[in-house]
Amino acid sequence: MSRSLAVLVAGIAAVVMVLSKFIVPMESAETTVAEWFNAMAAIAFVLGGASLLKMNLLAISARGPGWGYAAVTLVTFLVTLGVGLLKVGVPPSPAFPGHSMGGSPDGEGGALWWLYEYLMSPITGTLFALLAFYVASAAFRAFRAKNAAAMFLLGTAFVVLLGRTYAGVLVTSWIPVDWPWVSWLRLENLSAVIMSVFTTAGTRAMIIGIAIGVAATGIKIMIGLDRSYLGAGSGGGNG
Amino acid sequence: MAPRDGQSSFLQRLDRIDRRWIFLAMLLAVAAPILWVGVTGKTFPEEPTPAVQGAFDAVEALPADARVLISMDFDPASAGELQPMATAIVRHCVLRGHRICAMTLWPAGGPIIDGTMQDVLGGRTDFTYGERWVNLGYRAGFEGVMKQMNAHVSLAYANDVRKTPLEQIPMMKGIDGIADFDMLVSISAGYAGAKEWVQYSVSPTLTGRKPLKFVAGSTGVQTPQLIPYYPNQMAGILGAIKGAAEYEYLVNQAVLKADPGAVVPPRFQEAQRRMAPQLFGHVLMVLLIVLGNVVFVGLRPREARA
Repeated sequence: MSRSLAVLVAGIAAVVMVLSKFIVPMESAETTVAEWFNAMAAIAFVLGGASLLKMNLLAISARGPGWGYAAVTLVTFLVTLGVGLLKVGVPPSPAFPGHSMGGSPDGEGGALWWLYEYLMSPITGTLFALLAFYVASAAFRAFRAKNAAAMFLLGTAFVVLLGRTYAGVLVTSWIPVDWPWVSWLRLENLSAVIMSVFTTAGTRAMIIGIAIGVAATGIKIMIGLDRSYLGAGSGGGNG
Repeated sequence: MAPRDGQSSFLQRLDRIDRRWIFLAMLLAVAAPILWVGVTGKTFPEEPTPAVQGAFDAVEALPADARVLISMDFDPASAGELQPMATAIVRHCVLRGHRICAMTLWPAGGPIIDGTMQDVLGGRTDFTYGERWVNLGYRAGFEGVMKQMNAHVSLAYANDVRKTPLEQIPMMKGIDGIADFDMLVSISAGYAGAKEWVQYSVSPTLTGRKPLKFVAGSTGVQTPQLIPYYPNQMAGILGAIKGAAEYEYLVNQAVLKADPGAVVPPRFQEAQRRMAPQLFGHVLMVLLIVLGNVVFVGLRPREARA
């Protein structure tokens, strides 16, 4: 029953969204559905938090390998949630100076802002920066020209890698800029040609393919054939 | 000459090189230029690409007092690439006398708005909050927020981060739907970001009375997905730190043209300063790929014989 109701709600919402594009009086209905979507997106955070709690508590109680990481995740999650909800140390809003809870949760000087500024920001930035080291190692060990296609890919990578820096300008600076029939061979120009012609063509093909796939999936959801969004055991799969 | 038994050839030893040597090489390739730029203050000259020039020209073409909606859809993980971009665009808008309405669709994007505005405005008191700029903060809902803003901005944001209702904010007077802004800028690191802004907010206005001008800034990974939208749906694209450096260069050149004696602070050259480590990092990557393939080709006949 609950699954049928969910399928019905999804179907009606989808039909409303489609019709609102063609029937002017239905435009406000589209906005209402968008409001439902926003409310559900906010509720999804609660579900995500509950799921994170459950998974990590299970990992800790099982004492399996790496349970300590689960404990760290849990503690940091609860601390962040706590200081955010309680607005610990948050400066009051200028509009309501007498009310300490009136400020933004991530206002400068607050505990959440402190966690963001001095923990989250440097940690995530560092993790992202570490990619450069792993990509360098992978460049040496994995990017092998095993066949013609791989050689072509590597050649393109060289042009784009060098063309996106001043190295491209330096390496091919001897090619005259004012000779149009050869100036495109300058690495910075060749890189731009690759991005604007070949990459664009490939991306357009993907975008069109994805759009057709999304439209097809939308129709299947609308008529209840695709119930995979209801999760495991929906009995629908892909129809 | 074939190596003797038990003795590895140079190529075999190179093939088994400890990856920590590669990590060290990358560290030096990035750290040395950072130090060099820090000491000398020198940066490489930039040649703006048409997409970046398009973005710059679009901001330049707006009349003074124009209202620009800037969505900073990224978090600290991508700030290394996107923060200089956000700073350059906000600074350009401030210099041109445009009014700024900032928002984010990413949960961790809120403090980025505050940090960017503080960086750009510094101690300026004439760019008053509420009159010249406003921070709407974060809203959950991704495309749902965009669709609500298309109809009425107040549906998604009843008030700003200071809890002031939108109708009481002077710079929001006359703003109903998103098309009432003179320009939309999205600086994004993925979903929801520039691509969704095109699909849900910009494209519907293209067939209306007032097309919404749109400029996007994105990470290098995301940029190829946006290129098909330029120049029809987007007036310009800033792709990765290179795009940011080109834009920064254009803004700084405009500042120096207006006042040849002006000194550009390092915080307004961040993208340009990052191009030197990027150059050496890229060159090292190319060298490593070449070296890896030399080893691969050199060892192949031996492995075939074995």
